[in-house]
Amino acid sequence: MDSSLTNIFPSSSSTIASDVDALFNFIFYASAVFFSIVVGLSILFVIRYRRRGDEPATSQVAHNNLLEIVWTVIPTILVLIVFFWGFKDYVRLYVVPHDALEIKVTAQKWFWSFDYAEGASSVNELVVPVGHPIKLLMSSKDVIHSFAVPQFRIKMDVLPNRYTVAWFEAVDTGSYNIFCTEYCGKGHSEMLGTIRVLPAEESAAWIEANSNMGKGLSLEEFGAMLYKKKACVTCHSIDGSKNTGPTFKGTFGSQEKLKDGSSVIVDENYIRESLLNPKAKVVEGYEPVMPTYQGILKDRQVDALIEYIKTLK
Amino acid sequence: MSDTAPKNYLNEQKGIKSWLLTHDHKRIGLLYLYSIMTFFLVGGVFAVMMRLELWTPPSDLFSPDTYNQLFTLHGAVMIFLFIIPSIPAALGNFVLPLHIGAKDVAFPRLNLASWYIFIIGALFAVYSLVSGGVDTGWTFYTPYSVTTSTAVVPMVFGAFVMGFSSIFTGLNFIVTIHKLRAPGMTWFRMPLFVWGLYATAIIQVLATPVLGITLALLIMERVVGIGIFDPAMGGDPVLYQHFFWFYSHPAVYIMILPGMGIISEVISALSHKKIFGYKAIAFSSLGIALTSFLVWGHHMFISGQSELAAMVFSFLTFFVGIPSGIKMFNWVATLYKGSIDLRAPMLYALAFLFLFSIGGLTGIFLGAMSVDVFLHDTYFIVAHFHYVMVGGTVMALLAGLHYWWPKMFGRMYSEGMARVSALLIFVGFNMTFFTQFMLGIQGMPRRYASYPEQFAPLHGYSSVGSLIMAAGFILMGFYLFYSLFKGARADKNPWGATTLEWSIASPPPSGNFDNVPTIDSDPYEYKTAAGPNG
Amino acid sequence: MSHSSDHPANLAHHFTEVEQQQESAKLGMWLFLLTEILLFGGLFCFYAIFRAWNPDIFHNAHFHLDVVMGTLNTVVLITSSVTMALAIRSLQLDQKRAALWFLWSTLILAGIFLVVKYFEYAHKFHLGQLPGKYYTFQGIEGTNPHIFFSVYFLMTGLHGIHVIAGMSIIGWLIVKTSRNRFSSQYYTPVEMTGLYWHLVDLIWIFLFPMFYLIG
Ligand code: HEA
Ligand code: HEA
Ligand code: HEC
Ligand code: CUA
Ligand SMILES: [Cu+2]
Repeated sequence: MDSSLTNIFPSSSSTIASDVDALFNFIFYASAVFFSIVVGLSILFVIRYRRRGDEPATSQVAHNNLLEIVWTVIPTILVLIVFFWGFKDYVRLYVVPHDALEIKVTAQKWFWSFDYAEGASSVNELVVPVGHPIKLLMSSKDVIHSFAVPQFRIKMDVLPNRYTVAWFEAVDTGSYNIFCTEYCGKGHSEMLGTIRVLPAEESAAWIEANSNMGKGLSLEEFGAMLYKKKACVTCHSIDGSKNTGPTFKGTFGSQEKLKDGSSVIVDENYIRESLLNPKAKVVEGYEPVMPTYQGILKDRQVDALIEYIKTLK
Repeated sequence: MSDTAPKNYLNEQKGIKSWLLTHDHKRIGLLYLYSIMTFFLVGGVFAVMMRLELWTPPSDLFSPDTYNQLFTLHGAVMIFLFIIPSIPAALGNFVLPLHIGAKDVAFPRLNLASWYIFIIGALFAVYSLVSGGVDTGWTFYTPYSVTTSTAVVPMVFGAFVMGFSSIFTGLNFIVTIHKLRAPGMTWFRMPLFVWGLYATAIIQVLATPVLGITLALLIMERVVGIGIFDPAMGGDPVLYQHFFWFYSHPAVYIMILPGMGIISEVISALSHKKIFGYKAIAFSSLGIALTSFLVWGHHMFISGQSELAAMVFSFLTFFVGIPSGIKMFNWVATLYKGSIDLRAPMLYALAFLFLFSIGGLTGIFLGAMSVDVFLHDTYFIVAHFHYVMVGGTVMALLAGLHYWWPKMFGRMYSEGMARVSALLIFVGFNMTFFTQFMLGIQGMPRRYASYPEQFAPLHGYSSVGSLIMAAGFILMGFYLFYSLFKGARADKNPWGATTLEWSIASPPPSGNFDNVPTIDSDPYEYKTAAGPNG
Repeated sequence: MSHSSDHPANLAHHFTEVEQQQESAKLGMWLFLLTEILLFGGLFCFYAIFRAWNPDIFHNAHFHLDVVMGTLNTVVLITSSVTMALAIRSLQLDQKRAALWFLWSTLILAGIFLVVKYFEYAHKFHLGQLPGKYYTFQGIEGTNPHIFFSVYFLMTGLHGIHVIAGMSIIGWLIVKTSRNRFSSQYYTPVEMTGLYWHLVDLIWIFLFPMFYLIG
């Protein structure tokens, strides 16, 4: 990029980014010209023709055809250029290359989960190879969210009733922020994630390691890992403090009052139900906002989480 | 208002009842003016609370839930309770009949009814505010608005009711402009403010019913679960967005067109010069009004609508920019060789030229599809619409308020204080919102209660700016209030302007014109050094 | 603002002549009707969209509407439009009694329309053919048949509200007419109500085939 504006831009780290910036810069400079004309001339006239006594104006010209044509035609030409340019890149943003690696993205209040073809999955952390197009097939489990990566200049709404698609090809390795940019409630500003762009071998190794369902870990250790990876941590504390959801500390075996007045003992089956069908029994004093993990957690993962919660006395 | 003043619309009848039952368009205009000022204050207080929260990255001052309600209430109050009724219903009501030489608007009783409908709608909004607030954003997007547990229904119902107020005002104005012009007042002898109001009224009448039905359906969705917006029941949430923006995009021109009308009046009057390109300005108002119906999809470039639709919306969006540009250039040309009086109305008009250029031109960035993908729902959008709404509409409102103040109340305000507050507002405003363009470019998303550390410095400047701006507004509230009682008496025509309202007493008598005037010249006939029309 | 003695009684102070006032009223009314059309227009769009998305359920569900009752109501409403027009005509000819008679007929026909509608609604309530989440009927093939009934109840319901509003205005006209408020000199309110009533009728003429006939 050849402009001083680059300093405020976030790094342009996808193949499309510098083209978007180029159009941005074009509009910026054209706008700067128009702004200078409007404001510059206003200031000039105000200084030059400032009223001092009550002398009348020195001219009452009320129109000038040539001028009026000029200031209609020039902007028209400019906006036509901007239109075609913007459209061209927009099409590029939405036509996915054939060899793209497909990853399924699921948004729900208030985290992102990613599923790879190989069976690996992760929450709020997307690991991809550098220099390879990635296709994101996205859907939401509840309300509308939006998947945005400023450094890649991409953004796409994630809808509950249909799939949307976005794609990118990262040009540099590194970590990039994912923001949720469609307002989705209390945790909207915490619905953040990271894309880690790694060299191809490292990314493949990561995917490999994540497909093995915690092999080599005890159930409890695996559960502790999932507690963070599957975003339980955003709503449930393990130190007894109250958050969006009840704390896990001392929960197992205790008696919980429910919203409908009844109460339950927290046992394995109750936890399982809380994960797969959280709206069935809502704890008193809390909103029914816990997302369902149906389809996200495999059986072994559910077992691991139960085992982990048991240990939190 | 002391009793020594000659009989006028303010003192001819007395008592609260004479105000609440008045049919006089001037008094109704003032009722609106007081109402919108109150709501501006309310919305402004929410804004300042938001800026205080955003001063530092974590959400420490307010909980995220509270913050979400703050921006929703700020947006909803500012849009539905303040800016939409602001210029047309307050200043328009006061000035329109005077401008065309009429004794009142066509349907005075309907006019009063509009105000009451507005107040009833506003009460629902206030009710929702005290009964738990709303946290959907002012756009009420489904399905979030269907699932949240906050008081969405009263707020949406309030907006629905206020829609009728807006429709009736628009209807009243169209009929007034068609049928009540004084003899000799041809279409092209109407002041440009009237053209602005006319174009606005068309949008109010054509677009608001669609908002009405959309909001009614949203209420039905929440209350009865009709399932047409709710994906869980086979409905489509994006359909809601289409219907919402079908109204709300034209609505942004409900906000700006009358403001542009005021700018035409003020620039011409305070440079003592005929407006440049009268017809071009008049027709571009209509052009903007009509095109505005065809561009709503530019709010939805990334919502999953078809690429073809997005392309058409983008294309048409740019064609709203051209007539706006024509107006800007005409105003600058009007300044040329004028005799420019730099009192408060002109200062605000110049602020408008400066700020609306920025606001409008950044709209061009957003109309460009690929750039909008990058900027959508970031602070760039927030900055864009504050530059057009505050930098455009509010500056125009203030220009008009200072310009017609002596006519409304027969008193002048302190010019010195007016200048100080104009300066504070201008500086504070740019500090608050220019920084937000930069935040947006860096990727800062909107509607965030907390944000990553990297955005902290710019947010800090922005918050400081908002306090400076608030100081400016408070000063303004103070000197305007003071002038009501202690201001120097204004004469008939303090600016040396030529439109009809300046030919009658300040404040005008109840019936406006003792004899219906006959018009035989253009609205802006100023003298030249060289002789008439030199 | 004292009315000068040569000022006609029905002329408001801010108008200069009766014609100006009448034309204003007429233009105002047309604009109002325009907003009504747009209000329904929004719903017509919904209808078109959901029909395009779910052609099968719109087809299957429409068999469950009662064409006989629908046709009856169409005839009733069209007749009421005619009697409304005749009421205006009678006032123009200063025939007060006839005018009253026609106004009453219009009112009664509107009442019949609502009664028929009531029976239709009651039947559907009974079967559980209700909008949205209250829908419990089992007999319609296809996904989301409740959407058809959501749209049906919304549109006919909004239309019904307009019929009720029209009836109250017509009732008010009857009172005024019997008190000799209208004559061939001044009957603007009746004329305006007539326009409104024709629109209500017209909307039904669209609703009827859209729901009852085309499958
Ligand atoms: C007063 C209100 C107002 C006005 C007048 C405008 C004016 C314009 N707006 Fe804005 N807009 C809003 C209020 C307004 N807007 C609001 C409230 C939102 C966000 C809502 C939300 O999401 O909450 C929004 C959002 C918004 C978006 C959606 C962005 C997104 O969410 O991704 C877009 C996209 O196209 C857009 C474009 C424009 C354009 C092209 C104009 C044009 O009309 C501007 C025309 C003016 C000029 C162009 C400047 C003067 C001209 C010259 C100096 C001459 C030179 C001109 C050229 C070369 C063209 N606006
Ligand atoms: C007319 C419309 C309008 C106006 C005037 C304003 C004015 C202001 N707005 Fe607002 N804003 C919106 C419309 C408006 N806004 C909308 C529609 C949104 C989107 C909401 C959403 O996302 O849903 C928004 C969102 C919005 C955000 C983004 C929130 C987010 O996305 O998280 C921010 C953040 O800084 C902000 C700040 C401000 C500030 C500092 C002002 C300042 O200009 C306020 C200055 C005013 C005062 C400080 C009041 C002082 C006044 C007086 C003392 C009056 C004196 C008394 C008399 C004369 C009687 N606004
Ligand atoms: C968006 C916030 C959120 C997330 C993420 C979340 N929960 Fe919850 N959870 C809640 C809320 C709120 C409740 C209480 C209301 C209810 O019972 O539905 C709850 C209730 C529970 C309960 C019942 C607790 C009790 O004391 O009775 C269990 C067990 C539980 N969650 C486990 C989990 C696990 C395991 C995860 C991660 C895999 C998780 N939750 C993720 C919000 C969340
Ligand atoms: Cu998810 Cu915002
Ligand atoms: Cu828009």
